[in-house]
Amino acid sequence: MAKIKGDIVINTERCKGCEVCLAACPFTVIAMSKEVNSKGYHFAMKVNDECTGCTNCALVCPDGVITVYRAKVATE
Amino acid sequence: MEEQFAKTEIHKPENIVYKKTDLMVDRPLSYCPGCGHGTAHRMLMEVIEEMGIQDKTIGVSPVGCSVLAYDFLDIDMIGAAHGRAPALATAIKRMWPNHFVFTYQGDGDLAAIGTAETIHACNRGENITIIFINNGIYGMTGGQMAPTTLPGMRSSTSPYGRDVPTMGHPLKITELVAQLPGVYYVTRQAVHTPNNVRKTKKAIRKAFELQKENKGLSFIEIVSNCNSGWKMTPVQSNKWMEENMFPFYELGDIKVDGKLVEKKATAEKE
Ligand SMILES: Cc1ncc(C[n+]2csc(CCOP(=O)(O)OP(=O)(O)O)c2C)c(N)n1
Ligand code: SF4
Ligand code: SF4
Ligand code: SF4
Ligand SMILES: [Mg+2]
Repeated sequence: MAKIKGDIVINTERCKGCEVCLAACPFTVIAMSKEVNSKGYHFAMKVNDECTGCTNCALVCPDGVITVYRAKVATE
Repeated sequence: MEEQFAKTEIHKPENIVYKKTDLMVDRPLSYCPGCGHGTAHRMLMEVIEEMGIQDKTIGVSPVGCSVLAYDFLDIDMIGAAHGRAPALATAIKRMWPNHFVFTYQGDGDLAAIGTAETIHACNRGENITIIFINNGIYGMTGGQMAPTTLPGMRSSTSPYGRDVPTMGHPLKITELVAQLPGVYYVTRQAVHTPNNVRKTKKAIRKAFELQKENKGLSFIEIVSNCNSGWKMTPVQSNKWMEENMFPFYELGDIKVDGKLVEKKATAEKE
């Protein structure tokens, strides 16, 4: 059986920590880091495995720092 | 911590379903965290990329927070004096009628100092696209009251809230220009949720397609946040915008194919 898997990659150095992407994710994949980037912003990060690659978070990110992958992956 | 959730096996170029368009210059945006200007820029550039018109598009940037738009949008751009973008765009379009010409303007720029240029370019029916970012405030200069500031809304020059008897009513310039015969397409959108972002992009695409067909002026208002000026977090500002800006600045099409869209009665909508 094939399953759709998604994943996001966040350019954490360019993230401004606005948290707008958090509300856009239907699966609460994103939370804010405790650490800060070189600009002093807490940055968005993945906190679970549930991403479906729906692109919602990337669409609303004002700084366009999220890249979204989606693929069909074979499962047993 | 993040690595444990990485599905690196799908990190292949062919599996990318969304990434920032290369037509956005690879440089950090000057906007505050969470500001809608960035998303509006990106949707505009996605449309230009999809239409393949990067070398045929000329943008006019305003005075306001988006004054530096020419640093971020990888197309030919020119900066206008405050409010004068529609006049400049008029000249550019008449010189290069086969190019796509747009202005990108804030509410202070378009609806205060530039009111005359806005109304006359619209009334002449210049074949250009106006993208109007309405955040109800002068963001760049420190959050002063704009013509678009809501009744009761606090700003640095209306610290107790806009008092209509002394400060006047907010100006719905979008509804005003929709009345003009030269204006062909008018819509009001937003960029704070995925669905709104998709609709905004569609509206921009429609406007550029209409420009290709020489239909006249298209006017796209994007109601946006100014979390710094409103003194809220970005997430709070988006909620405040939904609760306060949208009831006054109602989202949706206002004029399509040169005809005003009839407002459905409130009862019908519910
Ligand atoms: C001729 C002139 N008058 C006034 C100013 C000061 N000024 C700069 S930006 C601005 C208002 C910007 O507000 P808006 O167009 O709403 O843009 P925003 O920053 O909110 O996106 C003003 C009054 C100026 N630069 N030039
Ligand atoms: S792509 Fe969709 S599911 Fe994945 S993190 Fe973003 S919003 Fe969540
Ligand atoms: S929306 Fe973008 S900039 Fe804002 S927190 Fe999320 S990834 Fe960072
Ligand atoms: S001041 Fe307001 S409009 Fe300007 S960048 Fe900041 S949030 Fe955006
Ligand atoms: Mg403004």
